[in-house]
Amino acid sequence: MSNVPSDLKYAKSHEWVRVNGDVATVGITDHAQHELTDVVFVELPEKGRKLQAGEASAVVESVKTASDIYAPVGGEVTEVNDAVAKDPSLVNSDPYGKGWFYKLKVADAADTGKLLTAAQYGEQIKGA
Amino acid sequence: MEFGGWEMPVQYTSIMEEHQAVRQAAGIFDISHMGEVIVSGRAAEEFLNRTLTNDVRKLEAGMGQYTLMCNERGGVIDDLYVYRIAAEEFLMIINAARIEADVAWLDRQLAAFGRRGELAVHDASNDTGAVAIQGPRVAQFIDQCFSGGSTGGAVVARATELKKNQIAQFQFFGQVAWVSRTGYTGEDGFEVAAPAGTIGSVWSRLLTTGREFGLKPAGLGARDTLRTEMCYPLYGHELDEETTPIEAGLGFFVALDKGDFTGRAVLAEQKAGGVLKKLMAFKMTDKSAPPRAGYPIWSSGASAGPIGIVTSGTQSPSMGVGIGMGYVKPDFAKPQTPIGIEIRGKRSLAEVAQKPLYRKPV
Repeated sequence: MSNVPSDLKYAKSHEWVRVNGDVATVGITDHAQHELTDVVFVELPEKGRKLQAGEASAVVESVKTASDIYAPVGGEVTEVNDAVAKDPSLVNSDPYGKGWFYKLKVADAADTGKLLTAAQYGEQIKGA
Repeated sequence: MEFGGWEMPVQYTSIMEEHQAVRQAAGIFDISHMGEVIVSGRAAEEFLNRTLTNDVRKLEAGMGQYTLMCNERGGVIDDLYVYRIAAEEFLMIINAARIEADVAWLDRQLAAFGRRGELAVHDASNDTGAVAIQGPRVAQFIDQCFSGGSTGGAVVARATELKKNQIAQFQFFGQVAWVSRTGYTGEDGFEVAAPAGTIGSVWSRLLTTGREFGLKPAGLGARDTLRTEMCYPLYGHELDEETTPIEAGLGFFVALDKGDFTGRAVLAEQKAGGVLKKLMAFKMTDKSAPPRAGYPIWSSGASAGPIGIVTSGTQSPSMGVGIGMGYVKPDFAKPQTPIGIEIRGKRSLAEVAQKPLYRKPV
């Protein structure tokens, strides 16, 4: 059973978002890290990069494959998680905590309205 | 995932975990997708020596060798193991994805060779399953799974008496199992071929017996990281019909002096005159994403374009660094040559290394 915290919002492509005012923190879900298994490398966006909702923003690599991470909402990258770049296994061990990828200054608050709730995301992965 | 027409597990738990289990204790792989072909008869030895690159005359009963099957251009149709299981009977273990191509090729060679009464080729792939059991602890428990001395092939009292590359037949609950001391991981281990209806029991018995020794089921992901660390070629990556064993650095398995065989002329020319591309192994020296098949290889200095291509790559679970193999122009194939691997448009530094990339800690 995957962990799907109720205080977060989700994208269909398995990213989670924690919104605090106009700052959004982005990572990948427990379901996603479980499917990937051992994460060996994380490529993060540059600070200052402007992303559109749905744009490829980062790359997470497991032993077997590289997967694109899509920006769940549009905005400017304000902070990236150096800890996860240094220790990619944090994505597996703590996907909602220490394994966060980057923070965005949200450009359009309406974007968050298009995301899934925990319940909706939970439904989506149930079939998977 | 789908592999060569079969549903195969990439991993049971995690690639890292399964890889480490094989290196430190034991792992068991389902390799039933692979093919088995029996070649028998008075003319079997001569037929195989004209069709394969290595010299089967070197094989006494109960012995096997790594070998390749080439086309007239010296290009590899498949790499495989061939065992002499009886004086005039040979067992070929071939790649799953090449069963159809290999059997079609063998049929053509057969038609050209003639001597029909003295030779038979039988594709037993659909009726045969196989498992590979690999790791330093396998020898501690495998004898519990096959009782009695060998009933064919090498004459041994138990499986652990088999030397590397030897093969013997054992009884397994009234069925026949062929056990060889071979593998694709660089660890001590065995491969077991048995009738398709029996192989499930072989798997279960080995798993149950080996569990307390740390035996874990291992999937295709770990199979790939293990063989890449050892620089063992994988057909479709390091080998294909446009690549010769000489280019792949497998000249040791090409017996030019045994007489004529398909592809000999080209291979002899390459051995004497050199090749245009050469397979090398490399290690990333920059911290980077893992190298992967298809990534371009650049020289570390200025050059107009790439000097080669990656054929296999991964993050090495044993070494914690990106590793791989690739073809480059021969000038760049020397160990310690600095190279650049292009990963998603950016070049990361790497270094050509000696094979194998992984060596057991002493």
